[in-house]
Amino acid sequence: MTATLTARDLTKIYKTGEVEVHALRGANLDLYDGELIVMLGPSGSGKSTLLNIIGGLDTATSGTVRFRDHELTAADESELTRYRRDHVGFVFQFYNLIPSLTAEENVALVTEIAKRPLAPAEALDIVGLGKRLDHFPAQLSGGEQQRVAIARAIAKQPEILLCDEPTGALDSDTGIIVLEAIDQVNRELGTTTAVITHNTVIGSMADRVLHVADGVVASVEENSERRSAKELAW
Amino acid sequence: MMRTIDRKVVRDLWHLRGQVLAIGLVVAAGIAALIMSLSTLEALEETTAAYYERYRFGDVFAYTKRAPESLEQRLAAIPGVRTVQTRVSRYATLDIAGFPEPVMGNFVSVPEGRQPVLNQLAIQSGRLPERGGGDEVVLNEPFAEAHGLRVGDTVVAIINGHRRNLRIVGTALSPEFVYALGPGALMPDDKRFGIVWMGHDALAAAYDLDGAFSSVSLALERGADAATVIRQVDRLLERYGGIGAIERKNQLSNWFVSNEMEQLKSMSLILPTIFLVVAAFLANMVLGRLVSTERSQIGLMKAFGYSSFEVALHYAKLVVGIVLVGSVIGIVGGTYLGRMNTGMYTDVFRFPLLLYRPSLSAMAIAVSVSLFAALLGSTGAVRRAATLPPAQAMQPPAPGTFRRFGMSRSGLARWLDQPSRIIVRNIVRSPLRSALTMLGVAASVALLVLAMQWNDALTYLGQSYFYQAQHQDATIGLAEPQGDAILRDFRHLPGVLAVEPMRIVGADLSNGPRTHRGSLTGLEEGAWLQPIFDDASGTVMPVPPSGLVLGTTLAEKLGVGLGDDVHLEVLEGRRPELAMPVVGLVETYIAMPAFINIDALNRMLKEPPSTEYVNILIDRRQEAAFYAEIKELPLVSAVMLRQAAIDSFYGTIVEHIMVFITLFSVLACALGFGVAYNSARISLSERGRELATLRVLGFRRGEISYILLGEVGFLIVVALPFGCLFGRGLSGLMAAAFNTELYRVPLTIAPSTYGLAVVFALAATLVSALIVRHRLDHLDLIKVLKTRE
Repeated sequence: MTATLTARDLTKIYKTGEVEVHALRGANLDLYDGELIVMLGPSGSGKSTLLNIIGGLDTATSGTVRFRDHELTAADESELTRYRRDHVGFVFQFYNLIPSLTAEENVALVTEIAKRPLAPAEALDIVGLGKRLDHFPAQLSGGEQQRVAIARAIAKQPEILLCDEPTGALDSDTGIIVLEAIDQVNRELGTTTAVITHNTVIGSMADRVLHVADGVVASVEENSERRSAKELAW
Repeated sequence: MMRTIDRKVVRDLWHLRGQVLAIGLVVAAGIAALIMSLSTLEALEETTAAYYERYRFGDVFAYTKRAPESLEQRLAAIPGVRTVQTRVSRYATLDIAGFPEPVMGNFVSVPEGRQPVLNQLAIQSGRLPERGGGDEVVLNEPFAEAHGLRVGDTVVAIINGHRRNLRIVGTALSPEFVYALGPGALMPDDKRFGIVWMGHDALAAAYDLDGAFSSVSLALERGADAATVIRQVDRLLERYGGIGAIERKNQLSNWFVSNEMEQLKSMSLILPTIFLVVAAFLANMVLGRLVSTERSQIGLMKAFGYSSFEVALHYAKLVVGIVLVGSVIGIVGGTYLGRMNTGMYTDVFRFPLLLYRPSLSAMAIAVSVSLFAALLGSTGAVRRAATLPPAQAMQPPAPGTFRRFGMSRSGLARWLDQPSRIIVRNIVRSPLRSALTMLGVAASVALLVLAMQWNDALTYLGQSYFYQAQHQDATIGLAEPQGDAILRDFRHLPGVLAVEPMRIVGADLSNGPRTHRGSLTGLEEGAWLQPIFDDASGTVMPVPPSGLVLGTTLAEKLGVGLGDDVHLEVLEGRRPELAMPVVGLVETYIAMPAFINIDALNRMLKEPPSTEYVNILIDRRQEAAFYAEIKELPLVSAVMLRQAAIDSFYGTIVEHIMVFITLFSVLACALGFGVAYNSARISLSERGRELATLRVLGFRRGEISYILLGEVGFLIVVALPFGCLFGRGLSGLMAAAFNTELYRVPLTIAPSTYGLAVVFALAATLVSALIVRHRLDHLDLIKVLKTRE
């Protein structure tokens, strides 16, 4: 299997005032084509920092990140923007929808600047919201908002889908519906997907589970069988 | 020890320092404008009052041809008259060495060796003329300065046809000549017009006025009715060629000083109002935003037991803080501007001492008005904070509700990309705020238009008055009316190309109870050097064979129209009284003229064809020779040169108006900047998360700037034409407020003025956009992923 993205020896040091925080201390990571991984770890373990760096939101203090044959470590601000724009889809804990745009328009926001996008309605159909195109965020439930966010992330047909605590703000029933959508996207579109969570149950829907602790990927667990999101419960 | 909650006020102010400063600047502009006008006004008022009092400025002034000194007692006997000062006052030509053009002097007599009882001189150097010192004179200081003349120097004057060497023994200022305006001039010209005080006996002898006087000034008892006194003075002087007494408020110099004070008053109303209204709305906007971001803190404060009043007070203190910042800048700026403004007045108004002492009361007024405006403006936001129930306050606010705008499905909407939709929906969602932002920017453009149109208006006025309405190079005033033969004499002077007679006689014009003390200007048929010119239409009206042509302002004052009769009481010669029909109306910007055919005028006076002024066109190449001859002519009492009048008009205008325009423009730009900056900053604060999300999604910096600044930019662009219209209205208002009997300011705004105003306003808002853009470029992308609004 080929790696879509490889990260080697990543370190990240934040300086806040006189305090240095070592968020990453030599983390290594491979994301293989089409797989779904779940990163587990307590808060402060560095998983979000890792996700931010491989998503092109942040740069490492040292180490290398390669996306296909691009060296991300050396990229400047505008190259990172281009990387995010063309190759990465993001789903956030708090959905981050634009309140002044409808569901369809929130998706269209991204498809308008993408190279080979899905139609917004089609993306919303995939997450089961084909009938709520004209609703504004304020008119949608939390789970629905998060599914719009997923539709927005996949509509550009990204190579990598990064989800940071996608169920963190949702109750378990709604969370499972959202995970189903992520699972479905990964299976049907073959989008390489990384999900951050501190909910260990979610790990069982992944191909591989990475345990992040103290700024490194401490262990990798391969699931022989992926459970579907429907089967999860917490 | 500062309470913790007050420490929060200080930290909040610091945290919001950019916006605090931007609003502070607008408040400061308002305060500065108010302090500038008020303190200048105070300085002028106090100075004139003290000056008039100390140097005994007269209450009534009258001029005659020649009245016997014995009349003085009868004048003093008029009920209400306290003091009488008779004197000799005449115009004569001066010949200043090294200055080719003739110079006019207003010769006024003073008693030898002592101050007159009224209109005393403020001696600036030297002394008064002494008894027996026949040729001793005192010059008014600005005139002496303009020619570098000092005590001990001599000047030559042609007094009653005789060349006389006059010895300067002093320089002085007088309450009568604070604004020393030569005859027919619009602006003081200290090089070509001076006041010359001479010993009474010497001057009377020179004009064959021994035992007589030609001018009288009266001081009245407190509470005396000036109009009643004037009627009696007129009756007494009638036989001696009196041309109608005037009270102090119509005395030329005082009129200009008072008029200036009136203008300062209207300025102190209009300008600060605009700034403070805008500041109030900005304070409300910023505070409103702060209250919504601090909802949970407000809930917390209340949960801990702070009362609603304490919470309200807490936020009100923030407003006070903002106003204080503005006050400090405004007081410093206003005091500086007031000093500068007062200094500018001393260029045209000459006082022996002009004290600029900005009073605490002016500052207190300015600060309290601003405080009141800002607190009133932010009531809404403060009340919202105070009435927020604690439990609800600790919940995050519900996500904004948006609606599709009406044309969502139309072709236009399909054409809009998503970022543009975001812009449109945000504008539509908060129409009040959008409208207020537009209003603020429009006000800034309007002020710029208002400031810059002054240049247009005065340039236009000058063009019309000096270039289209007049074509003569010189107007010569004669000591006495002369027969037509004099025209032939002038025609033979070197360089003279054309000559035209003119006669001006003082007259009371009335229509029933409406009266106006003015003059009749007699022009010959076909006059073209100085024709009857309509400034508004730019056309010449032929001099009619009979009847009056009135300026529209005069016609309005008298309430007469075409065909109506005006009752005339001529104040000179045989003093005829008669009714005459109005046969034409012209709009003029200067004075309130009444034109009449010169032949008809002379017939009315039962005099042979005579002239008192001669308009002359000169061949420029022979100018020097012409001036040399004119200086020697005995009959000449006044020389008015058009070019000199133009130079002093534009000189004064350019100097003063440019200062004024610069000042206004700076204030207006501060306004535009404050509005645009705060709008953009608040949008950024409300939508930082949204914009950071877009950045995460792969939008470039320029693309998200478009969303934020596009909204502000759109509002600004839409506001620009309204600002231009608003500016036109404001200019009209100002022009109306500045309308006087002496001049009207035409409402003319050049297209380039609108253009320039728009460019300035755009530049000011662009600066604020760049500052906000800088912040946009440093949005923390990671933080937004983890936090919820």
